[in-house]
Amino acid sequence: MIINQRTIFLLFLLLFGFFLISPSRSFSSGSHSDAEMLQKTKTPEHEIPKYFVPPPPFSEGIFPCSDCHGEMEPNPERRELEEMHTNIHLKHAGPEQWCTDCHDLKNRDKLHLINGKLINFDELYYLCGQCHGTIFRDWKAGVHGKRTGEWNGKKIYRLCTHCHNPHQPHFKPLKPKHPPERPSDIK
Amino acid sequence: MSKKIRNNPLSLQLDRRKFLKGSALGLAASALPLQNADASFIDAFFQKHFRELNKKEIQEVLDRLEQEYSEQYSKHVSVKATKAMPGVQFGYGLDLSRCIGCRRCVYACVGENNQSRDPQIHWIQVLSFKKGEKWTDLEDSDKYYNPDKVPEPDHWYMPVQCQQCRNPACTRACPTQATWKEPDGIVVVDYNWCIGCRYCMAACPYGARHFNWGQPHIPNDELNPETHYLGNRPRYKGVVEKCTFCIQRTRDGRYPACVEICPVGARKFGNLLDPSSEIRYCIENKRVFRLKEELNTLPKFYYFYAT
Ligand code: HEC
Ligand code: HEC
Ligand code: HEC
Ligand code: HEC
Repeated sequence: MIINQRTIFLLFLLLFGFFLISPSRSFSSGSHSDAEMLQKTKTPEHEIPKYFVPPPPFSEGIFPCSDCHGEMEPNPERRELEEMHTNIHLKHAGPEQWCTDCHDLKNRDKLHLINGKLINFDELYYLCGQCHGTIFRDWKAGVHGKRTGEWNGKKIYRLCTHCHNPHQPHFKPLKPKHPPERPSDIK
Repeated sequence: MSKKIRNNPLSLQLDRRKFLKGSALGLAASALPLQNADASFIDAFFQKHFRELNKKEIQEVLDRLEQEYSEQYSKHVSVKATKAMPGVQFGYGLDLSRCIGCRRCVYACVGENNQSRDPQIHWIQVLSFKKGEKWTDLEDSDKYYNPDKVPEPDHWYMPVQCQQCRNPACTRACPTQATWKEPDGIVVVDYNWCIGCRYCMAACPYGARHFNWGQPHIPNDELNPETHYLGNRPRYKGVVEKCTFCIQRTRDGRYPACVEICPVGARKFGNLLDPSSEIRYCIENKRVFRLKEELNTLPKFYYFYAT
């Protein structure tokens, strides 16, 4: 009896084991796991897949930056800005940080990475990910920040800047919604 | 107990308890007020247990309810009964290192799931704790906090809702099998089968079940007309209700309403059987725990600290 069951089990393993261990099996039909997406988009320049995000939360009229900066002489000097962007005060990675650590001096419509590569604002997670590696990893998995849409299908990510002001990234406190009624309040 | 315990044909003049009493004595027929019984009343009254209905019978029940609700709320209300997807066990994650206690989830849930506004029912309770203070009992915490801004310094917050236990105490306590665990792991209540004895509420260690002490009230224009039989369809006075992981959304592949509203992204949801789901990522990469683990209820609701 026992031998019988074991033989059947082994046979089963032999026959179906392949399916059990095949790596990128997704249970939810029609979905693309991160792993699958990664495999598909793994081209030399595109190491990581693009994440579908809503547009960056720019203030109205500020983008494209080149509307003004296209004609302006870039000024690499660290200084108190007086004519423009006076509401921007860096409170992020310490006193050494300056605008051009992130913004490209020559092409103001882009951000730049430490290796000099230019990226668009809708890919700014690569910029933040350079210094916040674990957070970036969690973000890609949908665990830091949030995703909406379908748990087994299309997902919309949020950019880091939908929640954090890049210049003062500490999450801003919110007004809470009203508390529940106390039992004693019930008429 | 008021005569008219439910605002549906099921109980125009009598409640199921009287009927059960009658039938026990073999007097079932005489307990029926046949003089004012129309066909839909009879249908409702003799409706079989939901899980014993065949496809056609389910459709009849859904049609009947759609008609009742649409009349009651003066707009078209749809009621579906989408079944569990095969190969799916739903799991939920909540990141306590991010939650700021803003209660956006509470009210998104109320709206999505048609909770009564008056008397007030909230499926999600957000508890506030002082950092470093020992928390012995959930019941001792503060859920009425109301500062100008959250998070308050030195506080942390823990939202609690139905934990969708693998080994639920509530379903076993039910004398009429009006509540059960579905194949995708969601614990549901059939509001047309619940007799309102509240044994399940006593059995639930998480205070996650809520009773309709009065006739539930939802303004017509606020009613969410996309409903599920086992989820957010309008309830009756005298029945128990609870979180269903937004069954009406999640069985169609969407995220629960609380996940989508959360401004800090503390809420995670997915298929526990899918190794690439975000819930699996949390369990495998973060420190997770479950509430009152010692009771062996085996919740599918995981609390964790991302940092
Ligand atoms: C840590 C990297 C970083 C640094 C340092 C930085 N920025 Fe930014 N900045 C960003 C990112 C990312 C955005 C895009 C924000 C968004 O998605 O809306 C941005 C947006 C802006 C905007 C548009 C803001 C708006 O209202 O929409 C301006 C203007 C700007 N930066 C100017 C500056 C100036 C001036 C400095 C230096 C004082 C600076 N930035 C320093 C990353 C940085
Ligand atoms: C309405 C015109 C205008 C727009 C649009 C504008 N800027 Fe500027 N920006 C200025 C001016 C003027 C200065 C110089 C301010 C000073 O020196 O006090 C400046 C300065 C800066 C500086 C400091 C370095 C330098 O070259 O002086 C950065 C960085 C910068 N802007 C980034 C941005 C970014 C990023 C955007 C788009 C998101 C943007 N700006 C859009 C007008 C603009
Ligand atoms: C050059 C490295 C660098 C880059 C690029 C960078 N950060 Fe930071 N960030 C830091 C450092 C350093 C700190 C301070 C860490 C600390 O206080 O422990 C920090 C802190 C933070 C914090 C915590 C703030 C708080 O007080 O709670 C957030 C949020 C944050 N960064 C978001 C971002 C975002 C969003 C981006 C991309 C726009 C970004 N960072 C890009 C270095 C960086
Ligand atoms: C849905 C909103 C949201 C998004 C999107 C988001 N964050 Fe955060 N993040 C938070 C919240 C909330 C906190 C906790 C802040 C607090 O404790 O004050 C946080 C904390 C942080 C911290 C502080 C360290 C820590 O662990 O507490 C860093 C750094 C950070 N985020 C970086 C990022 C980066 C980088 C991205 C994009 C890849 C990002 N965040 C996207 C909401 C978000």
